[in-house]
Amino acid sequence: MSAGDPPLNSPQIRRLSPVIEPGHTYATVTDKISAIVLTRPASLGWLAGFTLTFAIVMLLTVALAWLIIKGVGIWGINIPIGWGFAIVNFVWWIGIGHAGTLISAILFLLNQKWRTSINRFAEAMTLFAVACAGIFPLIHTGRPWMAYYMFPYPSTMGLWPQFRSPLIWDVFAVSTYGTVSLLFWFVGLIPDLATLRDRAVTKPKQIIYGMLALGWRGSARHWHRYQTAYLLLAGLATPLVLSVHTVVSFDFSIAIVPGWHTTIFPPYFVAGAIYSGFAMVLTIAIPLRKAYDLQDFITMRHLENMAKVMLATGLIVAYGYFFEFFLSKYSGNKFDVFLVEQRLHGPYRHFYFALILCNILTPQLLWFQKIRTNVPMLFVMSIIINIGMWLERFVIVVISLTRDFMPSAWGRYSATFWDYATFAGTLGLFTMLLFLFVRVLPAISIAEMRELVAHTSEEGHE
Amino acid sequence: MIHQHRSHIYGVVGEFESERELLRAAEKTRDAGYRRIDAYAPFPVEGLSEAMGLGNNRVALLTLIGGLCGGLGGFGFEYWCNVISYPLNIGGRPLNSWPAFIPVTFELTVLGASLFAVFGMLALNGLPQPHHPLFNVERFAKHATTDRFFLCIEARDHKFDLADSARFLESIGAHHISEVRDD
Repeated sequence: MSAGDPPLNSPQIRRLSPVIEPGHTYATVTDKISAIVLTRPASLGWLAGFTLTFAIVMLLTVALAWLIIKGVGIWGINIPIGWGFAIVNFVWWIGIGHAGTLISAILFLLNQKWRTSINRFAEAMTLFAVACAGIFPLIHTGRPWMAYYMFPYPSTMGLWPQFRSPLIWDVFAVSTYGTVSLLFWFVGLIPDLATLRDRAVTKPKQIIYGMLALGWRGSARHWHRYQTAYLLLAGLATPLVLSVHTVVSFDFSIAIVPGWHTTIFPPYFVAGAIYSGFAMVLTIAIPLRKAYDLQDFITMRHLENMAKVMLATGLIVAYGYFFEFFLSKYSGNKFDVFLVEQRLHGPYRHFYFALILCNILTPQLLWFQKIRTNVPMLFVMSIIINIGMWLERFVIVVISLTRDFMPSAWGRYSATFWDYATFAGTLGLFTMLLFLFVRVLPAISIAEMRELVAHTSEEGHE
Repeated sequence: MIHQHRSHIYGVVGEFESERELLRAAEKTRDAGYRRIDAYAPFPVEGLSEAMGLGNNRVALLTLIGGLCGGLGGFGFEYWCNVISYPLNIGGRPLNSWPAFIPVTFELTVLGASLFAVFGMLALNGLPQPHHPLFNVERFAKHATTDRFFLCIEARDHKFDLADSARFLESIGAHHISEVRDD
C-alpha cells in the first residue's frame, strides 16, 4: 500500500462484507451445514410449515382431479381467451427457475465467489419451479392423458410431431431444461452426498446417502474429470437457460396477435425471468438463513448483490415495457396502437398500473444502499417483484386475447375458484418441496464452502 | 514376507493436515519415482492435477461427441419426420423449412452434450462403485470427505514395498500411515 492510500478501516473505503464470515475451518463448515440434515431435530416451525404446505398440495390434487373429471370448463377460460391462468402460471414458474441456473452456471463461469453459498438451493428452486411449471401446459391441453402425442414416438398412426410449431419447441426446451438442471444439481451434490454418507450415524441414512453418492471418495483423478464436466455443464447450461425463455416467448411472438407479435420478446422475457428468479431466491434465502442460523454463509454481501442484479434486470424489463409501448405507437399499426390504449384505459388497466408499480417503480428504491441492506425491506420487495412479474404475464396473455382484431371477437376473462386453487396448489407444492429439501439434502454446497475456506485462509496468509 | 500377502494389499495411505502439504507430498512422491499414486481431498485442490501429472481427461471430447450426436441426430430426425415420413404443407412453406427446426436442434445438442458430459465423467471415474479398499481405513472413511487430505501409494506401482513406501510417506510429513487391505 502506498503512503497516500487511506487506511483500510477508514470510512473512505466502504468495506465489502465477506462472502463467508471469518473463523471457519473445513470441519466447522461441514458440521454446521450437514447438521441441519443429519442431527438437528425437526423444529416446530418446520413441522407447522410442512403441514400447511402439505395441506395446500392436497388442494392441488383435488383441483387436478376435478379438472380431469370435468374438463377445462371449470376454469375461467372461454373463446377467445383460451389461455388463462394456466399459461400465465406456466410462464411465471419457468421464469422463476431461470435465476437458479443463472447463479449456478453463469456466475460460475464469471468466477463469482459469492455464488457459492446460494447456488445449491437456487438450483433446487429451479427444479421445483420447473416441476410446477410443467404441470400447467400438461393440464391445459384438456386431455392430459394424451400429452404423449407431443413426443416423437413411433405410433401406429404413422404421425410425427410438427416441428415447425413453437409449442413443440416448448416441449423440447422445457424437458431439456428440466433434465439438464437435474444433472447439474446432482453432479454438484455428489461430493456432499459422500460427506453425508461418511457422517451419517444411522444405518438407513448411510445406505441411502451411500447409494446416492455413487462411491465418491474424493480422488484427485475423479476431481480432475469432475471439474471438467462441471465447467462444461455450466457452459452448456448458460445458452440453454437463455434459449428456454426465448422459446417460451416464441409461443407468443410467432403468433400474430397484437401485443405478442414483437421481436423484443425474447430478450425481454429472459431479463424478466432472471428478475423474478432473483426475487424468488431472496424470498427463500431470507427466511432460510434466519431459520437455520446461516448468516455466516449467506451474508449481507449475497443479499446486496442479488438486490443489485434485481435492479439491473428490472431496468432491462422497464426498457422492454417502454419499447413495447413506443414501437406500437411508432408503427402506426392501428391494432397495436389500440392494444396499448387498452392496457392504459381498458377493463384490465388496474393490472397494468399495478404491474408498473410493482416492477418498475418499487425496485428503484434499490438504488439506495440503506434499502439493499435492510433485510425485512428486501424480503417485502422480493415478494412485490414476484407479484409484479405474475401481473406482467397476466397482462400479456389476457389483454391481448380479450382485444383481438375484430370487436365481434372481444371478450372478458375472470378466473374461477379452480384457477386460484390450482395456482395456490403449485405454490404449496413448491414450498413443500423446499421444506423437504432443506431437511434431506445440504442446502449449501459443503465442498464448495470448504474450497472457499481454503481460498480465504490463503488470502489471510498473504 | 510382504510379497506373499501382496495380493491382499491395495496400498499404503498417509494423512495430511492441509491442501498445501498434500500438494507438496504429491510432487515429492512423483519425484521419487512412484507413478501409481492417488491423492484424496474433500474439495478440488488447485494445482493438484498438475502436481500429480494428470494430463488431458477425455470428458471434453465425450461432451463434443454427445453434442454432435444430439445436434445432427436431432436435425436429421426432424428432417426425416417432416420431410420424408409425414410431409405436410404448412402455409406453403418448403418441407425442409430448416430455420424452424433450429430450436429443437439446439435443445437436443445441449441435451446430448450434457448427458455425455455427466455420464461420461462418471464412467471414466469408474463410478458408481459402492466399495473401495480405502473405505476399510477408518480414518479415511471418517475424514476424507470432511477435513483431511490423503495420499495413497498403490501396490500396483512397480516401486511399491509396504515398509519402504510407508517410511517414504513418513519422510514427506504424512501421519497416521496405514496399509490399505483389499478384503
